[in-house]
Amino acid sequence: MSVSTLTPVLSAQWDATRSWTLATYEAGGGYAGLRHAFTQEPAAVLATVKDSGLRGRGGAGFPTGLKWSFLPAPDGGPRYLVVNADESEPGTCKDVPLMMATPQYLIEGSIITSYAIGCHHAFIYVRGEVLHVYRRLLRAVEEAYAAGYLGKNIMGTGYDLDITVHAGAGAYICGEETALLDSLEGLRGQPRLKPPFPAVEGLYARPTVVNNVESIASVPAIVMGGSDWFRTMGTEKSAGFGLFSLSGHVVRPGQYEAPLGITLRELLDLAGGIREGHELKFWTPGGSSTPLFTAEHLDVPLDYESVGAAGSMLGTRALQIFDETTCVVRAVTRWMEFYAHESCGKCTPCREGTYWLKAVLRRIEAGQGSMEDLDVLLDTCDNILGRAFCALGDGATSPVTSALKHFRAEFEQHITAGACPLDPAASALFGYPPRDAGRLAGQMAGTVQA
Amino acid sequence: MTSDENNTTTIKVGAAGKDVGGYDAAQLTRLQGDARQITARYPHARSGLLPMLHLVQAEDGYVSPTGIAFCADELGLTTAEVSAVATFYTQYKRHPNGEYTVGVCTNTLCAVMGGDAIWDGLTEHLGVGHDETTPDGKVTLERIECNAACDYAPVVMVNWEFFDNQTPDSARATVDKLQAGEKVVPTRGADSVCSFKQMSRVLAGFTDGRADEGVGAGEATQRGTVLAKERGWAAPEFPAATPVPADATATPATPATDATPATGAPQSSAERPATLPADTAKES
Ligand SMILES: Cc1cc2nc3c(=O)[nH]c(=O)nc-3n(C[C@H](O)[C@H](O)[C@H](O)COP(=O)(O)O)c2cc1C
Ligand code: SF4
Ligand code: FES
Repeated sequence: MSVSTLTPVLSAQWDATRSWTLATYEAGGGYAGLRHAFTQEPAAVLATVKDSGLRGRGGAGFPTGLKWSFLPAPDGGPRYLVVNADESEPGTCKDVPLMMATPQYLIEGSIITSYAIGCHHAFIYVRGEVLHVYRRLLRAVEEAYAAGYLGKNIMGTGYDLDITVHAGAGAYICGEETALLDSLEGLRGQPRLKPPFPAVEGLYARPTVVNNVESIASVPAIVMGGSDWFRTMGTEKSAGFGLFSLSGHVVRPGQYEAPLGITLRELLDLAGGIREGHELKFWTPGGSSTPLFTAEHLDVPLDYESVGAAGSMLGTRALQIFDETTCVVRAVTRWMEFYAHESCGKCTPCREGTYWLKAVLRRIEAGQGSMEDLDVLLDTCDNILGRAFCALGDGATSPVTSALKHFRAEFEQHITAGACPLDPAASALFGYPPRDAGRLAGQMAGTVQA
Repeated sequence: MTSDENNTTTIKVGAAGKDVGGYDAAQLTRLQGDARQITARYPHARSGLLPMLHLVQAEDGYVSPTGIAFCADELGLTTAEVSAVATFYTQYKRHPNGEYTVGVCTNTLCAVMGGDAIWDGLTEHLGVGHDETTPDGKVTLERIECNAACDYAPVVMVNWEFFDNQTPDSARATVDKLQAGEKVVPTRGADSVCSFKQMSRVLAGFTDGRADEGVGAGEATQRGTVLAKERGWAAPEFPAATPVPADATATPATPATDATPATGAPQSSAERPATLPADTAKES
């Protein structure tokens, strides 16, 4: 199959009327995967997912079946599935529309996964800032109970499962799996030391699988189609389909579900290209925590290996696309304000480092930086990368180091000219009067503080 | 809104002896019923703290001192322990919130696409800054981070319902309606925006029966789906051999397991490769 063909699986029903209801889901073949799973031993279900080569869709790409297989042998006590629905990595916008449009994919996937790993109480931790998504999830669970897909003795198998949908309360760090577990236990959401890994000591110190929404939602189709079916899509090491989220200066931003290994050039072709009269300047392959790419990288296959080899990470396939009107210093400064705000404060390199990076970047953006500041930026990144307690700190350095690699001249221009050479209004979708630099600086000083 | 703790004459003491005197007896009984429904969802009661704080906001419009005492009382915690959690999360408000939280996404993507101009317009129009409330108590304005809707940039959230593809004019029109007490309708969400307190009650896990309102997916969400249909593209068919039994009867056997990983072996999501000895060594 040609790679530039879309392969809607999770998104196949997104245009259906009342797509979120159980009735629509079942009419489209929903819950056949669960029925099929129940004809097999849990170990066989796990083996199918393992053989499929499905890799975690939450950013890190760890093989999903392998992760499940790391749970220690049953000791009679509880084991848990926790679905990570915190979706907050800047640029990432796939799980939220999936749960809004077709929450039953996630519910069915959660039931099959729980069955495979021997879990009787699963949790879906959804960020608290998406009210209607939370409503839809609560309703989906309610419908699944009413239909006998949840509760006691599900479909006469003797298997019991409860699902609790839990709303967070605003904190990016709670997407990090161990911080998420602390948050779910009613604590401040701060990362835990690993090891022990969640598979061994997770929720309530019991064996726990934490997976991303899209990973779990992919499970019913894998169980139905089998591992070989899944492997007909994607590449050998990056098997299957995935949601590619295009945003920014493209004609038709949105969700495009395609085999892994598709390129941005192909995706742009489907999305109508860069907006009229403009050209690609830089883009994130997998969210703001993955090093920036440029037009040079249009033909990099978007699979884990190829993106890695080209110097970035596939991450969450969050393709934020910026054209030549966008100031890269402004973009990076704003991301750094985000990391500084969201740093949980547990470790010094990240807490202090993001604070200083933010301050220095603001200074450069406002035209008040010096050439030495560029070294300060790189030094500070050096002191964070590999020294931070969790991946938030590492990720915070990606936009800075990659922007300096590809666009050092633009940083220098801000310094030598004493101002930003670009007009922010030119990059907006609508015209607005330019702001003067003084007001910009004053307004920035009054923004969200960590 | 509940008054502050000062103006009560009889001090109410909850089960664990904490002063929850800001709530009258009927309120306290009702909230205790809700709190118990919350804790019943979890194997360990403390997991109910986040929803319980949302519940307090549903009652008081913010995390009030009385609410903190109430949570502490319900969960057998100190008020300091509850405060430590409440202050960690941005959705918990330390001051009475407006009836509507209006959040302008000013993370990079939205900011560049026009979010900064929307923010400038609203802050000027309303005369309030970040996390400040208009004098009429209607609108609390916030700069918010990426809300997982970048394909609809620039995004504004009103009580955490989606207002997609905004402009300074559309955002101003929305807040004008809110201040005038008129109904506002999100682009993807319920048929109207509910109040901050009503929203908080849903976030505490109590449904308001509105899940069936609104669209399933917006235009950007469906673009790939629609394009694939137009071009006749689909994922490969499932192999014909896949049996779909009408009735499943397998008995679950022991859960599958492989080997337990060695200490430090990659197995969770290992977000980055181990780069330092500290990554793989046990601390102390
Ligand atoms: C700061 C930070 C934020 C994260 N946010 C999310 C998130 O919102 N959703 C998610 O699924 N994974 C997120 N992750 C990754 C999780 O830690 C974890 O790898 C993932 O949930 C595992 O699921 P998967 O193997 O199915 O991808 C985040 C990681 C970090 C370090
Ligand atoms: S890297 Fe940042 S977010 Fe992670 S533990 Fe350290 S301070 Fe917290
Ligand atoms: S940057 Fe605004 S929703 Fe993602």
